[in-house]
Amino acid sequence: MTPVLFDLLLRSVWETLLMTFAAGLISLIAGLPLGLALVATDRGGIAENLSVNRLAGAIVNGFRSVPFIILLVALIPVTRLIVGTALGTAAAIVPLAIAATPYYARIAEVSLREVDRGLIEAVRAMGGNRWTIIREVLVPEALPGIVAGFTVTLVTLIGASAMAGAIGAGGLGDLAIRYGYQRFETSVMVAVVVVLIAIVCGIQWLGDRLVERIDHRA
Amino acid sequence: MNSHPTVAATAVPQDAEDKPDVVRLTDVRRHFGKTAALDGVSLSVRKGEILGLIGRSGAGKSTLIRCLNGLERPDSGRVLIEGRDIAGVSEKQLQPLRRKIGMIFQHFNLLSAKTVEENVALPLKIEGLPKAARFKRAAELLDLVGLSEKAKAYPSALSGGQKQRVGIARALAARPALLLSDEATSALDPETTHAILALLKDINKKLDLTILLITHEMEVVRNIADRVVVIDGGRIVEEGAVWSVFANPQSVTTRSLLSTIRPQLPDHIAKKLRQSPDGEAILSVDLAGPHASSPLLADLSAELPNAFRLIHGGIDHIQEQPVARFFIGVPDPSRLTPVLQFLKGRSARVEVLGYDARPV
Repeated sequence: MTPVLFDLLLRSVWETLLMTFAAGLISLIAGLPLGLALVATDRGGIAENLSVNRLAGAIVNGFRSVPFIILLVALIPVTRLIVGTALGTAAAIVPLAIAATPYYARIAEVSLREVDRGLIEAVRAMGGNRWTIIREVLVPEALPGIVAGFTVTLVTLIGASAMAGAIGAGGLGDLAIRYGYQRFETSVMVAVVVVLIAIVCGIQWLGDRLVERIDHRA
Repeated sequence: MNSHPTVAATAVPQDAEDKPDVVRLTDVRRHFGKTAALDGVSLSVRKGEILGLIGRSGAGKSTLIRCLNGLERPDSGRVLIEGRDIAGVSEKQLQPLRRKIGMIFQHFNLLSAKTVEENVALPLKIEGLPKAARFKRAAELLDLVGLSEKAKAYPSALSGGQKQRVGIARALAARPALLLSDEATSALDPETTHAILALLKDINKKLDLTILLITHEMEVVRNIADRVVVIDGGRIVEEGAVWSVFANPQSVTTRSLLSTIRPQLPDHIAKKLRQSPDGEAILSVDLAGPHASSPLLADLSAELPNAFRLIHGGIDHIQEQPVARFFIGVPDPSRLTPVLQFLKGRSARVEVLGYDARPV
């Protein structure tokens, strides 16, 4: 591999990580409250409101049922509105974040639902309000699942970011297609695959260690 | 000419109980769909007492206990906690009131992500106490329940009995006026159950804390309660001092709940009993309180030598009162009447259960 290609590889790694972590952070900040809302407004939840629950559920399902490559193109006007352009790494973060948020919300929802109802009852019995229940019970008790789910979301985002190459986002996927596939540079293809495996393993390992540290369940 | 007694003189005697009731329920009803979980329950819990509320699963116990802290709202009726009606109060107004009612649970319900001391301090955090003060109080409480060395541990590292001790410490953190216990020992082994009940009794004495415990185990009531309320089908079927209910249960439900811990006529004898007066008469003899302290059977034997044989039974002591229950056989029909007369003369409750035509 020539030094030029090596520089390209480094740049692509940076672009992939930037897209993944920026979109991941946004999906965490937006998806966790959305997941909480889905659990809280459901039947028997701490803020039962079935019409809000159905609406939120429908929006989440709507976004999740559109394949990412289509969402990427369909969201171009939104991306332009937010970033000013529909091209490049920064622009790709918008559709990635919008796709990852409902995805992460569902994963967080599953963990939050698994929190023992007896714990909620116990905190209600000591005079806690909804906010106390969220802060002291739901989030801390579901935290191992919330963190593990975030790891899964990041790994999924790495995959999705490869597709963002379609709108000139750069990143490892783009590099592999343009050099490895279209220019028959097998060494680039191999290097991209190796780097992707390393990144995914690294993220998964970090996520697992973090879960181990915060999980005090039996 | 004739004096009209004043209402005050004839009505409620103002004897022992001048302390106000901690809990007073009046005609509380709660339906789930068509089934009545609570079908007109009225009861009161006096300050400083341990009241045992017993019933089978589905009798309405859990619904009842949850009405006391507003986790469950009755359809109708009044729920007075220290004189204040909480039945119609909003969720927001209930929150500060709940802090004065501690609750412990069958499955402990400790937060797994918090250490033992953080769990105990949580009610105080909710109350808004500063951190130093709430951890100081948590340390006192952990000392009270004998778990000081586990303050920094997580609940998953504790045994069932230790978890319930933490549950008790947490329930006491906000200095409640009332402690509700929801089957708190049902998930524990007999030895641990004993230790937890002893701790509750100790706390009741030390802090003069009123305790309402619900259970399906008569053993629990027998061990620590002062009074017992038996509930079945959402209604109260019997209530009274524990020793007197154990000595003389009136309702079918109570008898059946008591069957595991009161002496019962052995099955192989019960099966042979006939109602026609032929052969050995089998009697049950119940007596309690001061009468049970006298040497009744010895006296009977001296008065009517060889008239009876002892089949089964014994004397239990509940709330420091002897409660005796015996089964005796009177082989000679001609001596049955004098035996019955003697026993009745000693204030025993005697019942001829039947006759065994072919005694062994």
